[in-house]
Amino acid sequence: MSTASQTTPRIAPGRAGVKKELPDRFKDYRHVWVFLELERGNVHPVSFELLGEGRKLADKLEVQLAGVVLGPPGEMVEDAVAEAFAYGADLVYIVDAPPLADYRNEPFAKALTDLVNTHKPEILLLGATTLGRDLAGSVATTLQTGLTADCTELDVDSDGSLAATRPTFGGSLLCTIYTLNYRPQMATVRPRVMPMPQRVDKPVGRVMRHKLSLVEDDIVTKVLGFLPDNQSAMANLAYADVVVAGGLGLGAAENLQLVKNLARAIGAEHGCSRPLVQKGWMPADRQIGQTGKTIRPKLYIAAGISGAIQHRVGVEGADLIVAINTDPNAPIFEFAHLGIVTDAIRFLPALTEAFTRRLSPHSRDKLAS
Amino acid sequence: MHIVVCIKQVPDSAQIRVHPVTNTIMRQGVPTIINPYDLFALEEALKLRDVHGGEVTVLTMGPPMAEDSLRKALGYGADRAVLLTDRYFAGSDTLATSFALSQAIAKIGETFGRPDIVFTGKQTIDGDTAQVGPGIAKRLDLSQLTYVAKIASIDLDTREIEVARRAEGGTQLLKSRLPCLITMLEDTNEIRRGSLQQALCAARSQVVKWTAADAGIDDLTRCGLRGSPTVVKRVFAPTARAERAAQIDTAERGLQDIADELIADILTRRPALEHELAFNSGT
Repeated sequence: MSTASQTTPRIAPGRAGVKKELPDRFKDYRHVWVFLELERGNVHPVSFELLGEGRKLADKLEVQLAGVVLGPPGEMVEDAVAEAFAYGADLVYIVDAPPLADYRNEPFAKALTDLVNTHKPEILLLGATTLGRDLAGSVATTLQTGLTADCTELDVDSDGSLAATRPTFGGSLLCTIYTLNYRPQMATVRPRVMPMPQRVDKPVGRVMRHKLSLVEDDIVTKVLGFLPDNQSAMANLAYADVVVAGGLGLGAAENLQLVKNLARAIGAEHGCSRPLVQKGWMPADRQIGQTGKTIRPKLYIAAGISGAIQHRVGVEGADLIVAINTDPNAPIFEFAHLGIVTDAIRFLPALTEAFTRRLSPHSRDKLAS
Repeated sequence: MHIVVCIKQVPDSAQIRVHPVTNTIMRQGVPTIINPYDLFALEEALKLRDVHGGEVTVLTMGPPMAEDSLRKALGYGADRAVLLTDRYFAGSDTLATSFALSQAIAKIGETFGRPDIVFTGKQTIDGDTAQVGPGIAKRLDLSQLTYVAKIASIDLDTREIEVARRAEGGTQLLKSRLPCLITMLEDTNEIRRGSLQQALCAARSQVVKWTAADAGIDDLTRCGLRGSPTVVKRVFAPTARAERAAQIDTAERGLQDIADELIADILTRRPALEHELAFNSGT
């Protein structure tokens, strides 16, 4: 974000909050675009979440919503196009060429940059995944435009500018960022920050195909292989229905076992807040919050987590939040639905036992076997 | 080989004050550290230098006090440090930052030899954008290798590099060519402890200090607030929910009692969960 300021710049900067006239060359930039990310043959769900959000922005601006699909010629791309329509796109731009089979920065950045320069969208949204961030940073630099990372809220203001809100200063505050005099206005959003939209009944729309303006021989980087994650070992926090997480209030690494025990008893995924990953108590893929996973479970139980903004934005999509913390003034009680001011280390085993007693005998038999 | 590592001095605290007029961060009085992710990159660079020979140059853009972080990096064993500091850089967003850094890296190339690899951390802990690395790669036309978990091999004769890169759902194995930009994942390295000798050398070393003009930047409209397309309009604390969490009374009661009440409360609010939890725990 901003660099330090020891002295006041002599030149009056373009002050925050001062609107300038959009330069003429950007006046014909219109419509909202969503980049559809293909992950090993399927569309990454964050793309649908963004189409839902893009639909709202497009309706407010009274413009069209377009999807962008880049990939190898064939079924994978065609399926992605059908999905884009099903989730609300009015039209889809396609670049399908063999060099786009696996993600590489160079051909993807070239394809997307060319599309933007040709068709001029006013807003371009991408998922804040490893792929989306790798791509967005390059494209925004080439286009010399603004890019706002990891937004938690998107809106358009009265004059049609994109207002992108994100946590800032280490997650202590939120800030709303505008890209005033440049187009497109670009933003990335993490998976699960936005709700999954409804599929529409009659998915129809226009398709516009473009050629890739480079060939394989032009591309320096080659893909040698891909090692899929061992799915059983990886946390599926983002899409779990029930999540139990521990924070610094647990006091010691071994007390995370209490979180895991409760999670196992109720069939939940377990996670933790950022400080625990920094201490090395839990692997990074279990971190919940702005710099970890965003979750949207039906039930979220937070044990010994104070609830800084950085954590809050990662869990606000949960349907029911239960907080256990010794500090009655912990921020988490500001956004949890149910609170218990008590020591999580003592309470978690009792809760695990109570749940086990409560659950149906049938499921207990299964647990015992 | 010549390796440039971009580091950033970041506040070691979430308690940051914001300038009420410009909405930029006021850093005076906040303790600072080297961005932790940058240390993974620095360690990787030092390891590569030990294997392949050559030099490691650390670069930072920031206020004059960022020199402290450069001295720490020299203490870890970096050969040279460059501080890019100028009031014109104040308020830079990621586009303006990657512009200034890429100009400085080009100047480092002219002055001390062209870099084979430019390293950055995965992201900073204060900005958390992960956008500056790709910005530098694009401007300097370097092969972009982000989220690198492991550098498998470097061949200085053929100029080929092979890396394992974190991707969605797995690890991508890539072959690319030098010069390249690498953003390094966490958990890849423990930062080495510099020797006493290195610490003494670092204290005596000269940190090269460049203004915008020294770095060959002649277009100041691309720097700082003026060169930043993004504008922070508003900084605010999130509003509390309409009502605080409903508290379950814990006074003078056994833990089992409280736990039973909590579960009853959960299931009253969300009856569908009973089936959900029972079903879940059976699988």
